[in-house]
Amino acid sequence: MKHLRTEPRLADPDALYALLMEAHRGLDDAASRRLDAKLVLILANHIGDAEVLRGAIALAAGRRNSEA
Amino acid sequence: MRFPAAPPGPPKEAAPVVVAGGGLVGLTAALDLARRGLRVVLLDEDDQVSEGSRAICFAKRTLEIYGRLGLGQRFLDKGITWSRGRVFRQDREAYSFDLLPEQGHEYPAFVNLQQYYAEQWLVEACMATGLVELRWRHRVTGIENRPDGALLSIETPGGAYTLHAEWLLACDGARSFIRRAMGLPFEGQVFRDRFLIADVKMQANFPTERWFWFDPPFHPGQSVLLHRQPDDVWRIDFQLGWDADPEAERDPARVRARVAAMLGPGVGFEIEWISVYTFRCRRLARFRHGRTLFLGDAAHQVSPFGARGGNGGVQDADNLCWRLAAVLAGEAPEALLDGYDMERIPAAEENILHSTRATDFITPKNPAALAYRDAVLELAEDHAFARPFVNSGRLSRPWSGQEVAPDAPVLRDDTADWLLRHIGADGRFTLVAREVAAPALPGITTTLLADSPRPGALLDHSGLAAARLGLGPGEAALFRPDQVLAARLPATHAAPILAARDKALAR
Repeated sequence: MKHLRTEPRLADPDALYALLMEAHRGLDDAASRRLDAKLVLILANHIGDAEVLRGAIALAAGRRNSEA
Repeated sequence: MRFPAAPPGPPKEAAPVVVAGGGLVGLTAALDLARRGLRVVLLDEDDQVSEGSRAICFAKRTLEIYGRLGLGQRFLDKGITWSRGRVFRQDREAYSFDLLPEQGHEYPAFVNLQQYYAEQWLVEACMATGLVELRWRHRVTGIENRPDGALLSIETPGGAYTLHAEWLLACDGARSFIRRAMGLPFEGQVFRDRFLIADVKMQANFPTERWFWFDPPFHPGQSVLLHRQPDDVWRIDFQLGWDADPEAERDPARVRARVAAMLGPGVGFEIEWISVYTFRCRRLARFRHGRTLFLGDAAHQVSPFGARGGNGGVQDADNLCWRLAAVLAGEAPEALLDGYDMERIPAAEENILHSTRATDFITPKNPAALAYRDAVLELAEDHAFARPFVNSGRLSRPWSGQEVAPDAPVLRDDTADWLLRHIGADGRFTLVAREVAAPALPGITTTLLADSPRPGALLDHSGLAAARLGLGPGEAALFRPDQVLAARLPATHAAPILAARDKALAR
């Protein structure tokens, strides 16, 4: 069973952060939410592992992974 | 058509089986029981079949049940057969699906038919058995649920009477009097949304498909569902939102305007039926309460998206009637009826789960839910991965917790036939054995499935029957009278087959 990886993995986190900010620039609240929702769906499909996704949702919701 | 009101029953009357409620589910149960040789008293407070088309989508499994009850061909002849659904967002197609891509089944994925036709045929079939006493305009006004059955107080135009039902099937709908009179909690989720059903008669060029729109130009911000029914009647279901005024929305002029906006100028139509509704997803904690058993909407309620209300109720009747017949015939202990709860409660849970999920997609509860819904619909247009997320209703399927006998084309004496017609047709357990004849077994009908022509056998000319049954040569499948698989086992040893049958009968 695969687990959610939480160690740092990105070579250039600042660049990714900037990309996200750029994508949201000029969008109203609803459009921003839609963009984030699309991102989640696209990445979820790319990950394709329900266990990992469950762990990620639990982590984002502020629960420890073991409680997921 | 109105049925004549029945006179009150005699004083101190007792009946072995009483069905309360002459809707789709009550009539189906009455017919199933009568075909198993039981006398049934059916009470209905009204004197006609249902008004408006109501449940219109009859799923494959339900059609197979009506096939077993001798009505399948009527559904096929009169009903509108469809299997494809399309989902649109605004004016573009987002997703389409085919519910029965596989050939070789007697019944299609769905037949659309007004509920009143089904009820009319069921009434006729019940009367033809000579065993169902249909008591129209008999309203249950009181119930005392006792260990030996239910004592019912009943009012009729000709006076009141009491009836001792040794067994009572409560099929009296979502607002079940019996459920409320017994003080049984009916709990679940309320959805803060309103919908308008308009059944309109028109000559239209829409294909025979289920069409669902999110945010269409003719009804912005809401959803719309279109279904074809027989007699050029079309079901149009408009989402209205929670703030809609139900009284104002029932105004025919207002409904006409909504339909006209959808169809465009110059399309003539007549309105057949209007209904404004909200819905809940909820169920009773248990469906069996001693000798009173709840079926259909009286036991559980779902949203209409997915056609799981009527189909779920008919499948309740299918599950219960053979059990009750076996208990009343002394072939099984009353514990067999606990199996109804054990199977139909999780089945109802499954229907409620799918129905709730579809409703959450169709009726987003907050800005985040709306954002996800719209994200799915936008992505679905160009990207296959997003399409399975689109949920305009996951359409009724049999309960996933058990295996129902599959259908397949077979030949009997060179004549085209169907496998399922030979399973449970005589009301008994059926053993389908491949290639080797099973020993004679008391109370079990044996059917030989052969790979090459043999007298008296079903010829599996396409190989589909064996493949779908999952049987190798010398293997057999034992089915309950409701066509549910009881066991797969070697065809030639009587003892394990009889043991599997006894287990299925809770002996």
